[in-house]
Amino acid sequence: MSPSARGRLGRLVAWLPLRDPLALAGLAIYLGFVLVALLADQLALRDPAEIFYDADYRLLADLPPGPDFLLGTTSLGRDVWSQLVHGAQSALLVGVTAAVMVVGIGTLVGLLAGYCGGLVDTLLMRLTDIAFGIPFLPFVIVVSAFLEPNLWNVVLAMALVLWRDTARIIRAQVLSLRARAFVEAARATGSSHRRILFVHIAPNVLPLSVLYGSIAVGWAILTEASISFLGFGDSGTISWGYMLQDAYASQALSRGIWHWFLPPGIAIVLVVAAGFFIGRGYEERLFPRLKG
Amino acid sequence: MKAETPFVVVEHLAKHYRGPGGWRGAGRLLRAVDDVSFTLAPGESVGLLGESGSGKTTLGRLLLKLTEPTAGSITIAGQSLAGLRGQPLKAFRRQAQLIFQNPFDALNPRFTIGRCLREPLLNAGLPRAEQGPLIERALALARFTRGLELLDQHPHQLSGGQLQRVVIARALILQPRFVVADEPVSMLDVSVRAGILNLLRGVSRALGLTAVYISHDLSLVRYLCSRTLVLYRGALVEDAPTKALCNAPRHPYSQALVAAVPSSDPAQRRLPLPLVASTAEAPVGSGCRFAARCPLVMPICRTEEPPLVAVAPNHRVACHLGLPAA
Amino acid sequence: MLLEVEDLVVEFPTPGGPLRAVEGAQLQVPAAALVGLVGESGCGKTTLARAIIGVMAKGARITRGSIRFEGRDLLGLPAAERRRLRWRDIAFVPQSSMSALDPVYRVGDQLRRLLRVRGSLAAPAARRRAVALFELVGIDPARLGNYPHQFSGGMRQRVAIALALALEPRLLIADEPVTALDVIVQRQILDALLELRQRLGIAVLLVTHDIGVVAYACDRVAVMYAGQVVEEGPAATLLGQPAHPYSMGLARAFPDLAGGAAELVQIAGDPPDLRQPPAGCRFAPRCPFALVGCGSPPPWQLRADAGVACWRQDEAASLRLAAAEAANWSRPDEG
Repeated sequence: MSPSARGRLGRLVAWLPLRDPLALAGLAIYLGFVLVALLADQLALRDPAEIFYDADYRLLADLPPGPDFLLGTTSLGRDVWSQLVHGAQSALLVGVTAAVMVVGIGTLVGLLAGYCGGLVDTLLMRLTDIAFGIPFLPFVIVVSAFLEPNLWNVVLAMALVLWRDTARIIRAQVLSLRARAFVEAARATGSSHRRILFVHIAPNVLPLSVLYGSIAVGWAILTEASISFLGFGDSGTISWGYMLQDAYASQALSRGIWHWFLPPGIAIVLVVAAGFFIGRGYEERLFPRLKG
Repeated sequence: MKAETPFVVVEHLAKHYRGPGGWRGAGRLLRAVDDVSFTLAPGESVGLLGESGSGKTTLGRLLLKLTEPTAGSITIAGQSLAGLRGQPLKAFRRQAQLIFQNPFDALNPRFTIGRCLREPLLNAGLPRAEQGPLIERALALARFTRGLELLDQHPHQLSGGQLQRVVIARALILQPRFVVADEPVSMLDVSVRAGILNLLRGVSRALGLTAVYISHDLSLVRYLCSRTLVLYRGALVEDAPTKALCNAPRHPYSQALVAAVPSSDPAQRRLPLPLVASTAEAPVGSGCRFAARCPLVMPICRTEEPPLVAVAPNHRVACHLGLPAA
Repeated sequence: MLLEVEDLVVEFPTPGGPLRAVEGAQLQVPAAALVGLVGESGCGKTTLARAIIGVMAKGARITRGSIRFEGRDLLGLPAAERRRLRWRDIAFVPQSSMSALDPVYRVGDQLRRLLRVRGSLAAPAARRRAVALFELVGIDPARLGNYPHQFSGGMRQRVAIALALALEPRLLIADEPVTALDVIVQRQILDALLELRQRLGIAVLLVTHDIGVVAYACDRVAVMYAGQVVEEGPAATLLGQPAHPYSMGLARAFPDLAGGAAELVQIAGDPPDLRQPPAGCRFAPRCPFALVGCGSPPPWQLRADAGVACWRQDEAASLRLAAAEAANWSRPDEG
């Protein structure tokens, strides 16, 4: 690693909200979540879609947790633990891609609207207003159903709506940066518009983008779970929402099969809450006045 | 006027802004700069003096083509600024530089000092080999002795005085011939102001810069500038050698400005200001814009705007009192 | 003596240990006098002013010293009594007059409310008094119905002064009342303060960084450096024949109208970090006249009606001559 790259990494670590105990807990949860997702194939032990039978070809349905099946089995004889681990994988995919898309679209729109002003600003901001008018869940259901309900289309549909918050915040930030003397200095020393926008302004709004990205991760995972739970999701992919839906449809709740529906539920709550904890930690670094 | 070819020629310059209007019509017209004409000789240091809202900052921005005039023209080194774009505009930006009021805001907080200084060089497209000597030269001009460790620091690690010297170094790095400094010390602490003023005076003399110092502080202008332009609500009301302005101001507004400078001399102390207490400002366009506050106001002042006329060599005043009775 | 501050210490807790923003400061304000408190930012002048009023920043504590107002030690008073004194006897004009005024109420309502609640005036009397106060500070009473944002900076400063004068205090503390205002407005505010002193016999403690303002308006001056008052005395003497090298440097750091082209004095270096202040004289590291003996703290020495904390005060006359040369202040290693 070159010294400058190491310096950059050091600065990134220094930027993590390590002082805040809640954010630290969030980071720990995230770290575990990402590790599980990356090592899903090793950790899962079994194929999450495989249906298991005993030696007598009887369905191994509704087994309680045990040494063989860590979290027991579903009513269809599938391994809950393997599903949970693979669910982490799809949650990570959904969260990260949605966050990247949301931050990408939102930041670009915010930068252009704030810096160009005038007609560009008006057009982009009215577009943002329209995005604010879209009812989120129905829109995602309709779009993903229309395109074909796979994981990517769900993510795409979410990103098409969620960029609106980022765009507004970034635009406001750009407006205030544009009035700063160092931006005028860049102009006075002959920087081009492109250079001012991407070299001088963009790096200064990036922390804010990261904050909104970390919030978008939680939203995306939550939304994907809701969609799957409602049965509009990708039936070919194991996700936590799908597990909940499966459990619900099999009346696991009324039958008290807690080892089936509790793990995915807890996993969703943990990961989403961890995202918000980290976001809050960042927020306090960005806006120290929020500290009560 | 001097026989020398002027370096900056400003003719009938105006910048009007329209205030926010409702949906029923346009907003109020604000004449930030209104029909201002003057010339600057090469190597001259000139003060732009005025209160807040006098249009002095707008005039400075117009001179650097950071904003476009509503009317009138600016010619710098024989080149008109109107319609300047592309390569000629880049060439102009190399020649004309701005020194900022607030050094805490004038440097990109994410850049190192070295990067801040290199930025103008990159914009000018200078090869890397030429950059080093230019940076060293600029740092020496700004009186930095331990420049190299400075280059790796970020703006927040420097004191206000050091930051302002970096801002000055950045402005000088492309070896400009023309510099506009907007209130260069007003954000600085008392003990570092003197250093910056000494630096600015020394550098502009040593490099023969044509310099415009924008300030509301007459004593500062007195220290830096041989000539002063007094602006009042967008108009040039007096243009005089600074010494003459301080000793014998002609325009009643300049007289009030000079009288308002706190004096430690007990004899001059606590004389009443030669001003009429008035909060009502007459609308621009109907007579002299100072009439409402002027202690020497005459009937003609309320109906006719006085032209800027020479009352002595290198001394122009816009006041009916200085004119022979019509 | 209206106000006497003696050996005052104000501490702030910081992550790097306690920071003494004010360290053994002394200050005297005679009745009906205008006293200037000057120094650069971070020297503790605002902290000292706030300690006198008893409205300090979060975490700040007075750990030593006394503040006597009309002979009573304010620090020994019960909190309720202290609150009663505030505004009624000692009023405050903060640095930003905008923050002194509530933006959602008309200024007249704020003024009348203060008069009725704290001044126990009946509504008609409060109204008459509000009009009188506005006339006193030179604002058209018709503007009592305006909101704070409808005033210009200078006018707002006058409103803040009117608010401070409402309960007829004996002492007015004004923190940078004219900073950021245009020269003419600045002068008008100072003249208003001078006139108030004349007419009402109010004493004013003017906190400022501007020597010119002090020279114009003040009878006495106290110069602060790094949390300490280093020199105090009548304005004419202190500015004309300063005895402390820091005052000598400050007095020559500003250009003035009469002054010729002589280089301005630039005091090299930066003020010390107050978490680890120098052991001896705090100005010694920047002082061109520092000797080995300056490594121990100089005592506060009173002489006639002035005080100074400098080991070389007996040589002040010759130091002044040397201090007049800007070259004697410069250091080769500035950077």
